[in-house]
Amino acid sequence: MSKDGPVIHLQHVTKRFGDLIAVDDVTFDVQKGELFALLGPNGAGKSTTIKMLTTLLKPTSGELTLAGHDVIKAQDKARKSFGIVFQDPSVDTEMTAYENMELHAALYGIRGSETKSRIKSLLELVELWDRKDTLVKNYSGGMKRRLEVARGLLHHPHVLFLDEPTLGLDTQTRNLLWDYVKKLSHEEGMTVFFTTHYIEEAEAVADRIAIIDHGKLIALGTSKELMKETKTKTLEQAYLALTGKTVRDEEPGKGDEWRARRRARMMR
Amino acid sequence: MRVIYTLWLRQIKRFFRAKSRIVGAIGQPLLFLVALGYGIGSVYARAGQGSYIEFLVPGIMAQTVLFSAMFYGAMIMFDKQFGFLKETLVAPVSRFKIMFGGALGGATTATLQGTLVFVISLFLGFRPAHWALVPLAIVVLGLLAIAIASFSSGIGSFVQDMQGFQAINQFIVFPLYFLSGALYPLDHVPTWLRIIAECNPMSYAVDAMRYILIGQSHFGLLRDLIILVVCVILMLAFGAYRFRHIEA
Repeated sequence: MSKDGPVIHLQHVTKRFGDLIAVDDVTFDVQKGELFALLGPNGAGKSTTIKMLTTLLKPTSGELTLAGHDVIKAQDKARKSFGIVFQDPSVDTEMTAYENMELHAALYGIRGSETKSRIKSLLELVELWDRKDTLVKNYSGGMKRRLEVARGLLHHPHVLFLDEPTLGLDTQTRNLLWDYVKKLSHEEGMTVFFTTHYIEEAEAVADRIAIIDHGKLIALGTSKELMKETKTKTLEQAYLALTGKTVRDEEPGKGDEWRARRRARMMR
Repeated sequence: MRVIYTLWLRQIKRFFRAKSRIVGAIGQPLLFLVALGYGIGSVYARAGQGSYIEFLVPGIMAQTVLFSAMFYGAMIMFDKQFGFLKETLVAPVSRFKIMFGGALGGATTATLQGTLVFVISLFLGFRPAHWALVPLAIVVLGLLAIAIASFSSGIGSFVQDMQGFQAINQFIVFPLYFLSGALYPLDHVPTWLRIIAECNPMSYAVDAMRYILIGQSHFGLLRDLIILVVCVILMLAFGAYRFRHIEA
């Protein structure tokens, strides 16, 4: 990785789905060790941005680099440099926590000798070591999320992406989760890039905050700067001043469609 | 290799943990063997064709592999729905390895089930012509399984739900099975049916099995094996192509 450049770099990034412009000419940088929040209403383009950064979607135009690697041209190097906790669970629930971790180690080519000790220390960190041989389907939502965080950290990524990591978690678990993440960021210089709907969370955790709406980057700065810019007293007021108060209908992307369907199924 | 092995192992573990799948793996072919074998067997013998069970067993073994390896595609669809597929898609590993490792696992469990049918058939009185050739029959099952599992991976990567998957079963898998000569000899069928069967790759897998196990063949073993190998290559390419184009 290049020593001095930004860890995350987006330049004139645009993503279109047919007529819809999900992300519209977005440019910004995130520095090493930063805790960076991306905020925005539903359908603003947050998840699409994360998906492009994590190689799951190709941008229509523009340039993205991670740890100095072009996300499109040097895909595997870029993939090695990040860990991710997706908005929806992505663990194999028919396997145990330990097996999920082992599989991840194999996918990222972590040497066998190192795999065991790393898995142990991470599962201890997220307080799941005692339950390592339990099938994940028997885990609670919070436990699954903690497992995903541990898994995302297993290959020592330069960047950790967290897409609404605390959605549906209780306050205790949320605090615990942010404690690990902040600790790791400070100790290892790991960059954390997260999205959230909890404005107070962004205010408490993030060094800098970007606000995106209708696919466009509309503000970027520390929470103090954003409050000053909008002449407001809290980040929430600043956020509302910038994005307005109307309720958005999320434009269903590919992922959102099945998410909605799955929710409907669960309710049945 | 480690990636392929790990993804293979995942399928094996999941198979042995799902008790219902193992019961289904035995139940369905047993029903086919008993119902068809004894039900049609008497008429078959009266028509002067010999033992129908003997004729049927290679076909039911191939059928078991076809259905089971096709079901593997549903696993891919579930992996997509329940998010696990994304974990593999963002990993620094080629999509071919991801497709191949899982498909190999799906193919292995399918081949195991096909072999299990062979064991069951022994209890129903089936005896292979040459015991020494039984391993070769299992290799043929394995090739068929890899072709079908790769195909179903490709399908599973874009099918959205179980209904869609059922539709594919109706329109692809059942014709492949019923028009393959798995259930009846192709020697005396009407010409149009024979032509369809000749275009059906499944016919060649069934024919190869039958040649190896009971010494009867319609097409000849060499032709069977060549077509089977070509199918394996084409289906691997199809699966790999579909996986390369998954966007989440």
